[in-house]
This record gives sequence, structure tokens and C-alpha cells, in this order.
Amino acid sequence: MTELSNRTKRPLLEVDHLHTSFHTFDGVVKAVNDVSFAMNTRETLGIVGESGSGKSVTALSIMRLLKSPPARIEKGRILFDSIDLLEISMSRMRDIRGNRISMIFQEPMTSLNPLFSVGNQMSEMFVRHQGLTRREAWNRSVEMLEKVQIPSPGKRAREFPHHMSGGMRQRVMIAMALACDPEILIADEPTTALDVTIQAQVVDLMMKLRKDYGAAILMITHDLGVIAEIARRVIVMYAGQVVEEADVISIFEEPRHPYTRSLLKSIPKLGDASTHGRKRLQEIKGIVPSLADLPAGCHFYPRCPHADPICRQGEIALEEPAVGHRVRCIRHAGL
Amino acid sequence: MFAFIIRRILQFIPTVIGISFIMFVLLNVLPGSAALMTGGKEILSPEIVKKLEKKWGLDKPFHVRYLNYMVGLAKGDLGTSFIRGDKVRDIIGNRLWPTLKLAVAALAIACFIGIPLGFYSAVKQGTWVDTVTMVGAVSGVSMPQFWSALLLMYLFSVVLRWLPTFGYGNGDLKNLILPAVTLGIGYMALLARTTRAAVVEVLSQDYIRTAHAKGLSVLFINGKHVFRNTMVLILTTIGMQFGSLMGETVVVETVFSWPGIGSLMVDSIFLRDTPVTQGCIMLIIFVFMSVNLSVDILYSVVDPRIRYD
Ligand SMILES: Nc1ncnc2c1ncn2[C@@H]1O[C@H](COP(=O)(O)OP(=O)(O)OP(=O)(O)O)[C@@H](O)[C@H]1O
Ligand SMILES: [Mg+2]
Repeated sequence: MTELSNRTKRPLLEVDHLHTSFHTFDGVVKAVNDVSFAMNTRETLGIVGESGSGKSVTALSIMRLLKSPPARIEKGRILFDSIDLLEISMSRMRDIRGNRISMIFQEPMTSLNPLFSVGNQMSEMFVRHQGLTRREAWNRSVEMLEKVQIPSPGKRAREFPHHMSGGMRQRVMIAMALACDPEILIADEPTTALDVTIQAQVVDLMMKLRKDYGAAILMITHDLGVIAEIARRVIVMYAGQVVEEADVISIFEEPRHPYTRSLLKSIPKLGDASTHGRKRLQEIKGIVPSLADLPAGCHFYPRCPHADPICRQGEIALEEPAVGHRVRCIRHAGL
Repeated sequence: MFAFIIRRILQFIPTVIGISFIMFVLLNVLPGSAALMTGGKEILSPEIVKKLEKKWGLDKPFHVRYLNYMVGLAKGDLGTSFIRGDKVRDIIGNRLWPTLKLAVAALAIACFIGIPLGFYSAVKQGTWVDTVTMVGAVSGVSMPQFWSALLLMYLFSVVLRWLPTFGYGNGDLKNLILPAVTLGIGYMALLARTTRAAVVEVLSQDYIRTAHAKGLSVLFINGKHVFRNTMVLILTTIGMQFGSLMGETVVVETVFSWPGIGSLMVDSIFLRDTPVTQGCIMLIIFVFMSVNLSVDILYSVVDPRIRYD
């Protein structure tokens, strides 16, 4: 009983001052620069940020899927159920992968092996983690395909990835990821490569499955619409750092970081169009700084409308101006 | 699938017609004649030469001879040797087994050593094992066969006296080793390099990352996912190179006095025994085409994206 209450108090996943870089010929690319966040059981946490802000690298660091070299996790801890994932052996990590923490990827078209049937590839999960026979594993795979609403799953299981559309393959990936009933599902832009209508279906499916399976979901996306729909709390990343973290409502209603504000202004709103006629969307001026040569102080400084010389003096700390609302900007109070 | 195989076999026909024509032209412009060679050191009188040429049909114009040959070929008749008077089919039949033995042994050496070597060095990318293998592979590819044959002979036959220098023996394994290694070494080196490149490519694919994300072991991933995809990439090389290997038997068999098709062909060229030369070329072409067809069939077995219908 005490152990159970302990479990519920501690977050399920804690990323603690994670630093991940790539050692390339052009220098050290600091892709993830002091990222910390925590995730509770059954919680859905969103990570948003522009392309190149380090979202995938964060996720891949958690899974320890980065190829080293060139990647190196320089500092930090990743605590999952009191296990430091960065300390354990690779074979223990492989017991966790797919079993307790699963991941689905951005590229459904290339994420499945073209030479093996979908059922075969799904079966591997059950054989590997639950020790089922191939026959049992196959039957479980067919059940999983049914759960992700693939019609005639028995027939589909025998098909190969090239017989399926992108949306269908992403469903297969989701089914595979949920096969062993993981505690955490990391979804790295699962809908980015799909048609808009299919995107909505996949998001709906994930929301439904979240209820059935009770996995915590780390939803990575640059689509704020998806975040609004699925996540309770959001992390905004910029140039390898967490610049803001809050619950979804606060992020949308009272964003504190200038970057988050610009991000929100860059998405179209239905209301704007009807009341003011055609209003131009605001783009964020400038480009993301090179991660191999980051500016001193605030990483957003070069593009920030409120930039001030003091923003460049030393590292900016993550402050917590309101409970559960963290922001990495020294001028946020005066804005 | 069956229709595909039939169609492909029918496609052999125009290939055979085309190649036999080129072959016929080339052998026709070759100076000298079989009639002159039959006498050995003796110089035959022009009358006898005329008579022999008439007997073999060499007095007829080029197109008539070509047509006659093609008609014979259609009936499965490769003609009769000028020099020996035997049926070409029988002569080749006697020489076929040694060549096949040699080619298959070379293929086995290349596949069973070259592919694992390339695989291993790709998996150990950048380590000294990788470097040594690849340096070896590059020198293996660039070494001419008569040269590696001489080196091997010198080392294993002359210095160590382990293996016979040349000859078929009674078909003993120890006679096979040196020629097979000589023939297979370049092929092996090439396969090692091709395999390495293929594995490196496969390892960077998204589906391999997926396999790791599923928690599968490295051994399992390499043995199943990487291996199968690598095979798809190297199958063509295996097939094409087996074809060239048949051609290379000419050099190796001659160096080692191996009684196969290759040395038969060289001898027949020197004797101007054109029917035999033509027979050997046709056989090599046939093996080449059959191997390519088998590779294509194998593709449809390994890769579900390929369907023939
Ligand atoms: N293998 C690598 N070598 C060098 N740099 C890399 C490598 N992988 C990623 N990076 C760098 O790390 C940074 C963060 O990349 P990441 O893939 O995490 O971005 P992201 O936020 O997921 O973007 P996207 O929305 O495009 O997926 C990028 O600037 C990228 O250039
Ligand atoms: Mg990404």
C-alpha cells in the first residue's frame, strides 16, 4: 500500500537536466540543452516547437536510440519508475523498449520493414516481450489490428507494408507500440506525414486508445491544434531548450514567453477571419540559431520583439511565476 | 509467375540469335584455318586443304554457313569438331562437370566468406577489423587472376608442397582448391565490399530504428531484418558476377590445365576448331542467362514488392 502511494507521488518519467549533442565535423551541435520535465502516470504531455528545436532528439534520448557516435548524452538523468535509463545496461534497456516505453515515428512510410508481413512484424513484440509462441503472437497481432480499427484484420496481417496507405501504416505502428501495454507511449509527430483528414482520424484513435490502455503519452508535434485536442500540459521547446511549460489552457490564454506568443500568432484562427476579413498571419522573423554556435544568454534573443541587452548576459534560468507555469525569459513579468 | 518464366525463356531466343551472329562474324574474320592446323608441323598441300574445307563446309558463303549452324542449333545440334571428328555436344559434355565444379566451388568461397566478412565489417564499421577487411577486399578485387594463380601455386605447391600445381587429378578435392580459390578470390572481395555497402545502407533505414525501438536484440535484428534487406541489395551482384565468373574460367582453367570448358575453348581457338569454340561460347551464354533468370525468380521470393505476372 505504501509502495503504491509512493508510486503515485513520484512522476512516472522524469527528465532531469538532459544535455544531448552531436559531435560532427562541423563542431558540437547542442541539440538538447538542459531539458527537464516530468510526466505522471496516464498523463498526456505535449511537446511543441519549430523544426530543429530538439524534440525528436529528446525523445530518442529517452529511448536511447541515438547512434553514438555522433550523438552523445553529455549530462542529465532520465528516471523512469525510479530506474535511471541512462545508467542501465543496453540489454535491460531493450527489455524496457517496446514493452514499458514504446515509440512511434514521424515517417509511417519507411518505419516498417518492406520484406516482412505486417503480422510478422507485430508478432515480434509478443514473442520478444511476452514469450508467446508464433501462433499465439499472430492471433494477438490480429486482435491489435482490430483495436486500431483496421478492417478485415486477419487478411491485413498477412499483407506487406507496401499494400497499405500511410494512415494505415501509422495505425499499424500504433498497434505495435501498444501491443505490450506500455506505460509510456512516445509519439514523435505521428500525424505530420499524413493527409489532414487522416490526421484527425489518427488523433481520434489515439485519444480513444489512451482511455482503453491508460498509457501516458508524450505527444511531440509542431501542430498546436493537435496539442489543444489531446494534451493537458505542454512544453514549448526552442533551440534545444524548454522555454515554457504550462497547462494547455494557460499556454493558449496567457502565454508568457515571447516565442510562445509568436508561435500562437502564427496559427490561423477561425474567428479572426470572420470578424476582420482577411488578416495576415504573423510569421516569426529570422531563423533558428545554429545549434553549433548558440548566442550567449537567451537563444531567442536574435528574433525576439522584446529583446534587450540584458537578455544576453548569461544563461537564462527557468522561472516559475505561477504554480505549474514555468518560463525561460527574464523579462516575462514586464511584457 | 509460370507465365513470366516461360516469357523469359522465350526471350533467350533473340539473345542467342544476336550473340551467335556476332560470334560467327568474329570467328569468320579470324586469320588461319583449321585445315592448316590439322597437319601439325607438316605443311599440307593446297589440294588437301581445299578438300578438308569442302568436307567441313567452309567453302560455302558466310550466310549459308550461318543459316546451317542456326538450323542445327534449333535442333540441338552444335555441329562436329573439325579436328577430332566428334560431336561438339559430346566434347562439351565431357568438359562440363569440371567447370561446373570449379565455378560452384568459387561461388561457395565467395558467398560463404565474402558475405559474412562484408556483414561483419559493416557492423564493426570503423574498427580495425573493418579496415583490414576492406583493404584486403580492395587488393583482392584488383589482383589479376593469372598473378594470384602464380602466387598461390608458388606458395602452396612449390614452397609448402601441400597442393598439386596443376591438373585435375582424379577429380580430387586437393586439385580443386587452388583453381577454385584463384577464381573465387576476386568475386569474394567484390561480394565483401558490396555486402558491406549494402549493410551500411540498411542499418541507416527507419525500419531498423523501429526494430530497435521494439526492444529486439541486435543479433535478432541483424539476422532477420538487416540480412534479408541486404540480400535484396546484393542478389544482382551475385548473379551478374557468376556470369562473369564463367567467362573467367578461361584464364584460370588455362593456368591450371583444368579440363573444363574454358581451357577447351582456348584450345579450340588456337586450333581454329570453330564448331567447338562456338559451342563453348553458347554454353557460357546459356549459363549466364539462366543465372540471371534464377536471380530474378529469387527476387520475387525474397522481396514481396516484386511480383511477376
Ligand atoms: N545525426 C545528427 N547529426 C547532427 N545533428 C543532428 C543529428 N540529428 C539531429 N541533429 C540536429 O539536432 C537538432 C534537433 O533535431 P530534432 O530532430 O530533435 O528536431 P525536431 O524538433 O524533432 O524537428 P522536426 O520538427 O523537424 O522533427 C537539429 O538542428 C538537427 O540538425
Ligand atoms: Mg523530429
